Amino acid sequence: MKRLTTLLLAASLPVTTIAAEPPKSLKVDLSNPGPYFTGPGSDPVNANCTACHSADMVFAQPPLTRTAWQAEVTKMIKVYKASVAEEDIPAIVDYLTKLNSPPS
Amino acid sequence: MQKTATPFSRRLLLSQAALLGLGATAARAQSMIDLGLPGGDGKRTLSHEFAQKSEMILLRTRAPLLETPMSVFDQGVFTPNDKFYVRWHWAEIPESIDTKTFCLTVRGHTNQSLSLSLKELMAMPKVELAAVNQCSGNSRGFFAPRVPGGEWGNGAMGNALWTGVRLKDVLDRAGVKAGAQQVRFNGLDQPTSPDGPDFMKSLSIDHARDGEVMIAYAMNGKPLPLLNGFPLRLVVPGWYATYWIKMLSDIEILDKPDENFWMKTAYLIPDRPFATMTPGETGVPLIPINRMLPRSFITNIPADQKIAATAPITARGIAFGGDCGVKSVDFSADDGRTWQPAKLGKDEGKYGFRRWEAEFTLAERGAHKLKVRCTNAKNEVQPEQPNWNPSGYMRSQIETTPVEAV
Repeated sequence: MKRLTTLLLAASLPVTTIAAEPPKSLKVDLSNPGPYFTGPGSDPVNANCTACHSADMVFAQPPLTRTAWQAEVTKMIKVYKASVAEEDIPAIVDYLTKLNSPPS
Repeated sequence: MQKTATPFSRRLLLSQAALLGLGATAARAQSMIDLGLPGGDGKRTLSHEFAQKSEMILLRTRAPLLETPMSVFDQGVFTPNDKFYVRWHWAEIPESIDTKTFCLTVRGHTNQSLSLSLKELMAMPKVELAAVNQCSGNSRGFFAPRVPGGEWGNGAMGNALWTGVRLKDVLDRAGVKAGAQQVRFNGLDQPTSPDGPDFMKSLSIDHARDGEVMIAYAMNGKPLPLLNGFPLRLVVPGWYATYWIKMLSDIEILDKPDENFWMKTAYLIPDRPFATMTPGETGVPLIPINRMLPRSFITNIPADQKIAATAPITARGIAFGGDCGVKSVDFSADDGRTWQPAKLGKDEGKYGFRRWEAEFTLAERGAHKLKVRCTNAKNEVQPEQPNWNPSGYMRSQIETTPVEAV
């Protein structure tokens, strides 16, 4: 709170007199690839999907039907231009459906 | 184990239990949090592993999607930089920025093209503004029926004091030519697939020149964290965060409407109040997502909290008006049958969070439902009914917190 009060006081100062200096250069590490898919059938999923995103995004999805998973894979290819090998698509959809689909 | 989860950290839960003189709830691994999503799949890791960030709810490592725990919003109306949520579309994000060589280009339908260094930009007249930045899909995980996408709880939002320059001043410096229609913004992030659509968003020329849209170089008085867009971020007060381009490096003035994927195809909403439609409905007219709607949250009482019966309790939280200020906030301790006006905290700016507080007493033991409702300065009120659309955008209904009086 004290810091915010200071900020707000600063905000009320005349603003044109002091030219602020640019901040220091910045370097961070974003190399963490995150989790991968595991278990039977995960190879084609890792090979085709994790170039763009980590597997945790998939783990966080609500249960989706095969049709919905198929639509997601199609969207990745058609819309986001993911280079997914044509012959791998059925195996990817199989894996995702087994991983997380509503109880039938 | 609790059946329904709470969106609060265990630490907060414990401190509140202590405050109320109640025993601690069942122990839970410190590194996990449950967002309480319908279906019970809202369990997430709490991560400390991201640059310039403290504890964040991890939704996706690469490209980072990091959510702010609700307990953070109980601590004040400004969201600390190290706890401010993070959302990137593509994983190709520069890991370093040289602030001596970085420049912002302004080009297109202008009298002259500009290449502004940070030093030149920061020598221009400075402006400051508090504004809420909220993801279009904030709270998507609560949609019923559920929709695929970033399964956020309510923490894909934050409020900061932004410091920077008016976009209008930068556009005037380049000299916008007659006939300009839109202004397109691009950042340094790049698609990870070779032909993937680069993330760009546009505003109408009138919106871009309204004197409020700004280019921010500081957030809560400090340089932006890299994951929030260092060194420059567009700030579009009152509009969803999809327009707030991070690592802003290029501004292009267009003499025709922007037809890029992220404007024409993505981020579209039903052209109806609250952007709502019926699942499976076809032929719904769609428009680009735009201004935000009023929302409000209880921040000091987690879902399923045990509360002492017959004792006065103070509920508090945050509200925001969307694209205008908060007019009033009402609180209900009886599932919306009766409402009482909440006391509003200091107004830090019409686009920011506003603190509210209300005292109540639960006379009878058992289950109760607390609700909070914001009315904005345009007299728009949060609705009872949930909205639905297939992208999970613009949830803004009245939120309900179930509690148990003991």
